[in-house]
Amino acid sequence: MSETPQELHYTNTHEWARLDPDGTVCVGISDFAQDALGDVVFIELPDTGTEVAAGAEVAVIESVKAASDIYSPVSGEIIRVNDQLTDAPDLVNSEPYDGGWIFVVQPFSDNPNSDLLTAEQYQEFCETNSNEH
Amino acid sequence: MKTALYDNHVRLGAQLVDFAGWQMPMRYSSTIDEHHAVRKRVGMFDVSHMLIVDFEGSQSSMFLRKLLASDVNKLSKDGQALYTVMLNERGGIVDDLIVYRLHETSFRIVFNAGVAVTDLEWVAAWQRTTALSVSIQPRRDLSIIAVQGPTAIQTVIELLDCPQLMEVQAFTAILHNEYFIGRTGYTGEDGVEIVCPNTDASKIWDQLLDAGVLPCGLGARDTLRLEAGMNLNGQDMTPNDTPYECALSWVLDLEPARDFVGQAALEKAHRQGIVTKLTGIVLQGGVMRSGFEVQSNAGLGTITSGSFSPTLGYSIALARVPRATTGECTVSIRNKQKAARIVRPPFVRHGEKVHK
Repeated sequence: MSETPQELHYTNTHEWARLDPDGTVCVGISDFAQDALGDVVFIELPDTGTEVAAGAEVAVIESVKAASDIYSPVSGEIIRVNDQLTDAPDLVNSEPYDGGWIFVVQPFSDNPNSDLLTAEQYQEFCETNSNEH
Repeated sequence: MKTALYDNHVRLGAQLVDFAGWQMPMRYSSTIDEHHAVRKRVGMFDVSHMLIVDFEGSQSSMFLRKLLASDVNKLSKDGQALYTVMLNERGGIVDDLIVYRLHETSFRIVFNAGVAVTDLEWVAAWQRTTALSVSIQPRRDLSIIAVQGPTAIQTVIELLDCPQLMEVQAFTAILHNEYFIGRTGYTGEDGVEIVCPNTDASKIWDQLLDAGVLPCGLGARDTLRLEAGMNLNGQDMTPNDTPYECALSWVLDLEPARDFVGQAALEKAHRQGIVTKLTGIVLQGGVMRSGFEVQSNAGLGTITSGSFSPTLGYSIALARVPRATTGECTVSIRNKQKAARIVRPPFVRHGEKVHK
């Protein structure tokens, strides 16, 4: 079973979002997603300073098998990216919720999490999703 | 469809995918771990979805000399095998295959799963056309387990108690009890492909597992064959490509008297001049995929197979490019031009990097 930490928010494109005390949102992909992708071998990171809308393509994760787009869960400005992933993209597999974080957004809105899924909703979404296959 | 090893794959928790109508394991754990196991130790693959066809009869060699681009008369001893292609009348590749000589009047061919139905129809049509005396027997009663890697031979010798395997040359098969064991594979490593009755497959698989052989899926099979510079039918070669355009002219035995299917078209194409070639490309900082565009000193080309090389740590690909292409090139990845380099496959030999 994949892990879905309760304190995080999720999207139906399998990103997680963590609202930090400084008002920024840290983003990565879920354990479910990294398991489905398999070995991650390359990540195309966004440039800091880029302004993105919620749902916009921000990064690309390449596994051995295929490339997958990563979307921003919230609208805002990219203020940090995880440069460690350039040399160690497999952190996305081994530590999806820690060392495998991908980028941080400074949201435009004060309430950026309003459209996101709770851990429980996301788990339900994954179960429905995997039953289809 | 399911192979005789389907339940074994499920028990091992494999991620299953549909491949040409077969439920096959993509990976059991990590494709990269499975890949390294084959390069450094030993791994095994269920390749029972491939189609074995036995050809028997006094005119079977005559039939295969008509059907295949290589001359089966080169197989002078029972058990000897060769890699070749079966062409259409335009000289395009219907399938690539391994043909074994079983006896003077019987041969065994292993066809790809993806085109198995087409292949059988093609073979049957030519049997009717030539009216040669040959029986064509598909063998869905048999399974194939490929055991590959530097310690594969030793492992199989101990497990199946067949010391004679040590002396068996590459591209040669032996009969051991009910098992047909060929020193062949699709990984670039030493190893064997064990053909056994479906009823024995699960037992052999579990014995190999107990002996420490890592089960490997289609994911690792693809990265291994790509590093070894081996073509994948349907991707690097299609019915529209001649062997000249697939880096396979070495398989052709063009003596005029044989007149195999596609030979006249090939000779004509060769006279008119071949304009493209299949070559290798290496790229760092991205992953090349099938269909991506290549821009070279000699014009545009296309990636036919691309992936990440676990041995090298960067992306490798096969590409069809203008014949004069050499040196530096660029590959278009999501509308960005990335610097890449043309190299001659293979990319990895005996577990080591080939190109500096």
